[in-house]
Amino acid sequence: MVINNSHEQITSIPKAEVADLDFYYGSFHALKGINMTLPEHSVTALIGPSGCGKTTFLRCFNRMHDLYPGNRYEGSIWLDKDTNILGRKVDPIEVRMRISMVFQRPNPFPKSIYENVAYGLRVRGENNRRLMDEKIEDALRVSALWDEVKDRLNESAYNLSGGQQQRLCIARALVADPEIVLFDEPTSALDPIATASIEELMSTLKDRVTILIVTHSMQQAARISDHTAFMYLGELIEFGRTKDVFNKPLNQQTEDYISGRIG
Amino acid sequence: MAQTTLKSRSRQIYKPKLARQVKEKVIEFILFLAAFSSVATTVAILYILIKESFLFFQEVPIVDFLTGTKWTPLFVNPQYGILPLLSGTLMSAGVALAVAIPMGTIAAIYLSEFATKRVREIAKPALELLAAIPTVVYGYFALLYVTPFLQNFFPKLPGFNILAAGLVMGLMIIPFISSISEDAMSAVPVGLREGSYAMGATKLQTALKVVFSAAISGISSSYILGTSRAVGETMIVAIAAGLRPNLTWNPFDQAATITAFIVQVSLGDLPHGTIAYQTIFAAGLTLVLMTLLLNIIGHFLAKTYREIY
Amino acid sequence: MPTTNLRKLRTNLNRRKLINSGFAFLGATIIAIAIIILLGLTLKMAFQGAERITPEFFTSFPSRRASRAGILSAWVGTCLVMLVTAMAAIPLGVASGIYLEEYAKKNWLADLIEINVTNLAGVPSIIYGLLALGLFVYELRLGQSILSAGLTLALLILPVVIVTTRESIRAIPNSLREASYALGASKWQTIWDHILPYSFGSILTGVIIGLSRAIGETAPIITIGALTFIAFLPKSPFKSEFPFLSFEWLQAPFTVMPIQMFNWVSRPQAAFEINAAAAGTVLIGMTLGINAIAIFLRYQLRKDIKW
Repeated sequence: MVINNSHEQITSIPKAEVADLDFYYGSFHALKGINMTLPEHSVTALIGPSGCGKTTFLRCFNRMHDLYPGNRYEGSIWLDKDTNILGRKVDPIEVRMRISMVFQRPNPFPKSIYENVAYGLRVRGENNRRLMDEKIEDALRVSALWDEVKDRLNESAYNLSGGQQQRLCIARALVADPEIVLFDEPTSALDPIATASIEELMSTLKDRVTILIVTHSMQQAARISDHTAFMYLGELIEFGRTKDVFNKPLNQQTEDYISGRIG
Repeated sequence: MAQTTLKSRSRQIYKPKLARQVKEKVIEFILFLAAFSSVATTVAILYILIKESFLFFQEVPIVDFLTGTKWTPLFVNPQYGILPLLSGTLMSAGVALAVAIPMGTIAAIYLSEFATKRVREIAKPALELLAAIPTVVYGYFALLYVTPFLQNFFPKLPGFNILAAGLVMGLMIIPFISSISEDAMSAVPVGLREGSYAMGATKLQTALKVVFSAAISGISSSYILGTSRAVGETMIVAIAAGLRPNLTWNPFDQAATITAFIVQVSLGDLPHGTIAYQTIFAAGLTLVLMTLLLNIIGHFLAKTYREIY
Repeated sequence: MPTTNLRKLRTNLNRRKLINSGFAFLGATIIAIAIIILLGLTLKMAFQGAERITPEFFTSFPSRRASRAGILSAWVGTCLVMLVTAMAAIPLGVASGIYLEEYAKKNWLADLIEINVTNLAGVPSIIYGLLALGLFVYELRLGQSILSAGLTLALLILPVVIVTTRESIRAIPNSLREASYALGASKWQTIWDHILPYSFGSILTGVIIGLSRAIGETAPIITIGALTFIAFLPKSPFKSEFPFLSFEWLQAPFTVMPIQMFNWVSRPQAAFEINAAAAGTVLIGMTLGINAIAIFLRYQLRKDIKW
């Protein structure tokens, strides 16, 4: 298949570059020859019908696939041009310390609100209480949760609403200053109001980090992202500025998906 | 899409035949009786224990029973203080748990978080074997192999001792703790694990800080189960820890447990209705109350642990 | 990312990974140690008892002379007691399991039964012995017989049978039930024609595992006052005249394998240690044999299941 994704050049500095990425679940060829750049300090959205491989692609960035046997990567993802995330000698744990993730369903630990955010620091052996307090307050403020929880930091995270839990997970992902944050359909389990507050949050976060988000909703991609990548059947069909991809798609499949004919 | 509705023109109502209805009800009642037999068993246990203990406590003041430091019910001048049996029971259970809790917990964490599927498939049934060996065989091991082995290091260790019995009992209890704890840890949702790995945690950090604390109520109930096994274990202690009641907190000593005393009395020929016959029921009631107390503590622990989060 | 930061991050990571590997090693070692100790002790016992395990050992009664003493009455007793246990525990346990899984409504009575089954599983086995002594031996006047012992062990393994029955029934997909009801079957017809036959294998596996536990149980049988020196066999369950079956054996005094072993362990003479080792080896062999049957059955079953 000839893939036409030659939108006008993306000018921002690339934070990561994906080169000829293939991915296999056992013998199933899930991602096929993906090439893409992830622009720094911007929000990049991955869209496509379910089963197209967008979540699989996202989870390559922090090597989540290494947790399960039988998975295989080919090709490379360069972080800052110097580290190949998928390199054999690169430790997946080190990758995850630099690239953190927010999941589809809020998954706070059965611990207090404070300890949930502290976890990212604690796994790094951080014990300095004052420093932790500072970082945790900062992460909670950035995640727009501080005012709601500052008086009950020792309460269980499970007492929070779904939207609050997801913002807590965002704070947890931000606390140890990651370079990239991956979002895997972060609002699909939330109601519209909670979704709106997370979306609002996302646009303020890009000063701090680079964001890659998988979303099932084209409206969401259009609202929050600077760049959009459309995937179909394990291939990257089209990639460019969001407004270009949505307004003048170059590829017939992209147009079909955006106009609701597939998916 | 338009919904198609099928209206039956002539609906004939078949009444289930009475005989069939009756048969179904009778079967249900029989099945209910079978299920209720478990309640009847509990009631029967309590009835027998309380009835005989009641007769016992008419002869022996309950205060003497609970605070007396001598247990000599078969002597000419009998004394009925349960404390020596209690100390034997607690000491042997303590030694067993000191072995089984750390080993069982570490084994569970290893099996649930570290082992490959292949290793797990071999190691799990192998560990379960520890619980399948008859306890009388474990008693033999403790008396004839473990005690002589320990005597190499502690020459003064008597032939009957709490230590050997407790160590072997600990070995037996490992799978009770490891398999229930492992089940509890495996039941922790994958999302929590992924959340931890995504933060850059190692397997051990994920296991200890996330999985263990999420599974704590299941793990604590495995400890409770292990403890009640240890307290109620009979043959190992009866064979290897001796049958002499001894108020001691020294594991190198010999001491009878509550269960060992019941065995000792049963081995003799005790006429039904004598006070000596009733003592074993009073001892048994004490044992049941101890396990009951453990279960209540277990419920309480599980509840408070859950409330922290 | 600045290089100094990256270096710090890597040092920290290496330390954590070292601890991680250390723990993995510890876990594997602990499991290996536990299994090796068990294997070592069992083999030691098997070697010690090996000289006594001859055909005569299985065909001789106990004797005061260690070298001539055998386990005939013990293994026959074990088989008969297990027969009674199975006959009592299987119908009672399977019926309870069916009731709890298919009939019980969510009310206090069902909760009560359920809590009871869980609690009974945790009652020390010697307490069942006291129950049997008070109830079967004296109140019901069954005496210190095979019947009393078999019923006692049946009560002991009842929770295991109930729990496995429930799990086996639950594993049957609901679509099969609905298919049966849709053809006009009643509840009991559905259970009898479909649910029980389909779950038969896995229920049987659970029952066998319960029996393997009962075979090694010593304490409750000592408590009902089983004699330990039995130099005769119970009357045969078969006879030549009508109705060809006799139940006199149910009332017979008896001994079983673990009791015989306990008896030999507690003798002061060292010669009997060898008998005890031999009996222990046979007993472990019986337990493992039964477990192996269960594992084999379960394996066969997994192969056959199509849904």
